[in-house]
Amino acid sequence: MGFIEAVLLTIVTAATPLLIAALGELVTERSGVLNLGVEGMMIMGAIAGFAFALMSGNPYVGVIAGVGFGALFSLLFAFLTVTLVTNQVATGLALTILGLGISGLWGEAFVGVPGVKLLPIEIPLLSEIPLIGKLLFAQDIIFYCSIVLLFGVSCFLFKSRMGLTLRAVGDNHTSAHALGISVSRVRYLAVMFGGACSGLAGAYMSLVYTTQWIENMTAGRGWIALALVVFASWRPNRVLIGAYLFGAVGIAQLHIQALGFKIPSQFLSALPYLATIIVLVIISRNRRLTIINTPASLGKGFVPDR
Amino acid sequence: MFGDFTANKNIDFDIKPGEIHALLGENGAGKSTLVKMLYGSLQPTSGSIRIDGDEVEITSPGKARALGIGMVFQHFSLFEALSVAENIALSLAEDISVSEVARRASEYSERYGLPLNPEAIIGDLSVGERQRVEIVRCLLQEPKLLILDEPTSVLTPQEAENLFKTLNQLKSEGRSILFISHRLEEVRTHCDRATILRFGEVIASCDPREETAASLANMMVGSTVRNVDRSSRNVSSDVVLELNRLSLSAQTQFSVPLSEINLKVHAGEIVGVAGIAGNGQSELFEAICGERISIKSDSVSIGGERVGKLGINKRRKLGAAFIPEERNGHGAIAAFKLSDNMLLARHASDDQKFQKGGRLRLIWQDMIQSATSRVSEAMDVRKSGVNPYAASLSGGNLQKFIVGRELDRSPSLLVVNQPSWGVDAGAAQRIRQALIDLAAAGSAVLVLSQDLDEILEISDRIAVLFDGHLSEPLNAETASREDIGLLMAGVGMATGEAKHVA
Amino acid sequence: MSPKFSIRLEKRDQLSSFFSIVSPFIALLMTVALGAVLFAFLGKNPAEALYVYFIEPLTETWSLHELAIKAAPLILIAVGLSLCFRSGNWNIGAEGQFVMGGVAGSMLPIVFPTFDSFLVLPLMLICGIVGGMAWASIPAILKNRFGANEILTSLMLVYVAELFLDWIVRGPWRNPQGFNFPESRGFTEWQILPEMLASGRMHYGALIAVLVVLAAWVMLSKTLKGFEISVVGQAPRAGRFAGFDPKKTTLFVFLVSGGLAGLAGIAEVSGAIQQLRPSISPGYGFTAIIVAFLGRLNPLGIFAAAIILALSYLGGEAAQVSLNVSDKVTSVFQGMLLFFVLAADTLIHHRIKFSRPVMKTVMGA
Repeated sequence: MGFIEAVLLTIVTAATPLLIAALGELVTERSGVLNLGVEGMMIMGAIAGFAFALMSGNPYVGVIAGVGFGALFSLLFAFLTVTLVTNQVATGLALTILGLGISGLWGEAFVGVPGVKLLPIEIPLLSEIPLIGKLLFAQDIIFYCSIVLLFGVSCFLFKSRMGLTLRAVGDNHTSAHALGISVSRVRYLAVMFGGACSGLAGAYMSLVYTTQWIENMTAGRGWIALALVVFASWRPNRVLIGAYLFGAVGIAQLHIQALGFKIPSQFLSALPYLATIIVLVIISRNRRLTIINTPASLGKGFVPDR
Repeated sequence: MFGDFTANKNIDFDIKPGEIHALLGENGAGKSTLVKMLYGSLQPTSGSIRIDGDEVEITSPGKARALGIGMVFQHFSLFEALSVAENIALSLAEDISVSEVARRASEYSERYGLPLNPEAIIGDLSVGERQRVEIVRCLLQEPKLLILDEPTSVLTPQEAENLFKTLNQLKSEGRSILFISHRLEEVRTHCDRATILRFGEVIASCDPREETAASLANMMVGSTVRNVDRSSRNVSSDVVLELNRLSLSAQTQFSVPLSEINLKVHAGEIVGVAGIAGNGQSELFEAICGERISIKSDSVSIGGERVGKLGINKRRKLGAAFIPEERNGHGAIAAFKLSDNMLLARHASDDQKFQKGGRLRLIWQDMIQSATSRVSEAMDVRKSGVNPYAASLSGGNLQKFIVGRELDRSPSLLVVNQPSWGVDAGAAQRIRQALIDLAAAGSAVLVLSQDLDEILEISDRIAVLFDGHLSEPLNAETASREDIGLLMAGVGMATGEAKHVA
Repeated sequence: MSPKFSIRLEKRDQLSSFFSIVSPFIALLMTVALGAVLFAFLGKNPAEALYVYFIEPLTETWSLHELAIKAAPLILIAVGLSLCFRSGNWNIGAEGQFVMGGVAGSMLPIVFPTFDSFLVLPLMLICGIVGGMAWASIPAILKNRFGANEILTSLMLVYVAELFLDWIVRGPWRNPQGFNFPESRGFTEWQILPEMLASGRMHYGALIAVLVVLAAWVMLSKTLKGFEISVVGQAPRAGRFAGFDPKKTTLFVFLVSGGLAGLAGIAEVSGAIQQLRPSISPGYGFTAIIVAFLGRLNPLGIFAAAIILALSYLGGEAAQVSLNVSDKVTSVFQGMLLFFVLAADTLIHHRIKFSRPVMKTVMGA
């Protein structure tokens, strides 16, 4: 395996969880709900994935558990913000704090325990293609999922009736309600889809990215996924670009050090966070673009007039 | 078709096939409750609704549509970020592809003379165009009954005429139309029957063609409508407000740029600015009051001072007072007490009275409280308790408070946007009278309103705002409704003329 | 129709003053109740665990001192955050501002260890405040100037600040005589925020916190600035009508909260730790968010809430020692508490209606 191939492979590994979590959050936000708890749902997916894979010895059980726990955990958020109409920003923070707490408690027994690795599935023939073969067709199931999700979310949002309904709810919940659309049902489902995606992204962290449990192992990736949605101005295809861009920044530190540059490791570790800030600034500068694309009822609770 | 109908306030009425039936009533008379029940957003607690003789339960808007009831809302229920075709697709029960919906929409819009572009994004459309989208959206479902909630309030008189042509075509196809309005003239000329509501009950049912506007109004309000008292005023030659080639760029894609607006308002006169919603009223208001600062300082002058670059409070200190269109969240904050709402608009103009402690800027509650009581008494604000939350006041009473808050300062200039929007007739009359009294006392008053009747009732001179351009003011006594209507449609305006010639 | 049980909200005309006061207590009770379940789940006797957690730390003098040491930074940070949250500015990066305050304030004693006079401490505190302010000004300026979302930028800066602290303590500021431990040199004499009483470790940070609570209370309830903050947060449009510049408000609240977080940071470093370490906060900046909400964004409420959250830290330590329960239980508790606080606040704005299927009387056809 050449150097370039190795670099590209690490980019894919770093980008996949960002892509999945951001796509899920994109759907949630398109329905008008801002769930800042991505970090918390991801870490829940990571611990659940790790624990269930270890207990069953089967990494696929871990994947399913990650998705399930992510969705279940987001249900808590949905109940508060949709049914009880609590402040979405504060509730999202609560979800993150709680997720980090629960995962820390649950994971204590697993610190230092080697986990189960989710192995790649080589697709015959296609994986033989030079350079991209190994990159795209000899990956694990979660990577394939991320690609399917990308096209699935695009089609769902812009080609299906349900996607249209979801966008309508995110644009104007009062009008949607007047048309007889159940705003709360759409939002519950959208939040849970986001939770399931975050859970899957978390499971990737503990089953593929590093096959062990480390407290706070998502290390802000949930927040970066949130920034990616803004970066992508709520368009799935741009999430793909953003995720791989950030993946590249994120792994830059590994390779820069490998190449022998004498830059303190902390500075390199700070790169993804600094890049997030810079990207947010560049995107937000164009206010017109942001205003047009932001779902109009994003972050606003809805209480029907009877 | 036959509808018999008993609602929670014992409302009985019926609509016949092929008729335009007017539902008349003041704000709060129960029109919207009734309509919501017909459209399934609300359920009656007792009584029944029959369509074509069959009793029906309209449990949801979807059910209403399935039963052949279509509704055009006053505040449109469209999705700004979606296209016309997508908007229409959402309201259809079956799952039809958006392109197929677009094709059908074009077909209907042609048949009924309602031009539309199915690909357009709603956010880019004018108010009149949006209404056409709503109507086409209903027609696609072949409704037996079409309900229109105050449809003409957003249209020019000429656009309203076109709407009635469409409605008559629908009527001739045997459909029924329930037409909600408080514009008595159009009800008299275009409707076959009228039902009048007051306090949630049916007061009368009549043939409007045999009534006069005055008799209809009396039925609506329950007593003889008092006209405002326009005793003579002395308009002086002192210019209090001067707009000099005021231009403003659009801030968002949905706002209107102002171009080269000139206007002088003199002490002792009321100048009315007519125009349909969305032609730059809020932008003009923001530019005059200083919520948005102009580039040139001489584009706005108050009392001879150039204030174009000054903020709202500096303008207030020159004797100006401002009343925005939106009560909740702009002119007042619902979650705040009245005294805090007093402080909101007057903390700077009355800093000597309302603040103490020098640089600490402590709030002087006693003084604010007494001003609140004074205003409430002067404007007859009905409220529970001495200092309740603004949210607990009715729209009319809150608006009276907001108007009174500014009048209490005896301003030399008052700029007000939509003074009586959404308030009951009693409060509206009171507010209009207060504006007239202020002018009579020698202040300059600028009124922006979409209600042409209101403008005609109180103004000395009338200018029309169209697409960010302001017409030359006309003398109110000689100007005709038709002239103003044409200006409101952009005909004869500086830009409109250019287009005509070309 | 199938019978359905559903929850429906009805907006109150005005806020319920009853629930404004009661809702934090409802949240506390529910947290304690669920906490008991959690302990039972972990195989501990719930009653005993709750006693160790919430009562025992209050029974001894030394632990009361520890309580004050932990409550003081929470109060300082949460008071600042309450100004931000009231004005609709979501500063969630207080942890980073705390860290940068600690770093900036430690500059004098570490870089100029021989400069030892009574002036050092005041200068250290000022540096701490300035450091926190500078760090907080970044998201404020980016929001004002470019419209960048302050939630994300302030949070990203937490990671950056933590990495910066880690680098400076392991690198340039490492104690040359420290046997290669990742620590700065220890502070001495004038560089230490002194203890207040002979009976324990509580330092003057606690007094500063009390003074800040009082000042913030006066500002919020009696001055025009406090009014401005509420107006801008409640209705930005009305804020412009009142002539308040929302950008100035944003900068103001970020600077105040950053300054207070920075002050808390240097007070913690100078008073409690007395040297710089790779990590100087057990998550005060995030716990303070919970404190701010539990205290209903009111300085007096925050004072009480900070004591409760400080107790949860102490209880966590105590439970670890005497019950062998992980101290991670603390963050679970804190997360649950914030959830319940937010849920209970719904009662202030809404009535909750539980609807059961209603039999419809069918009228005669």
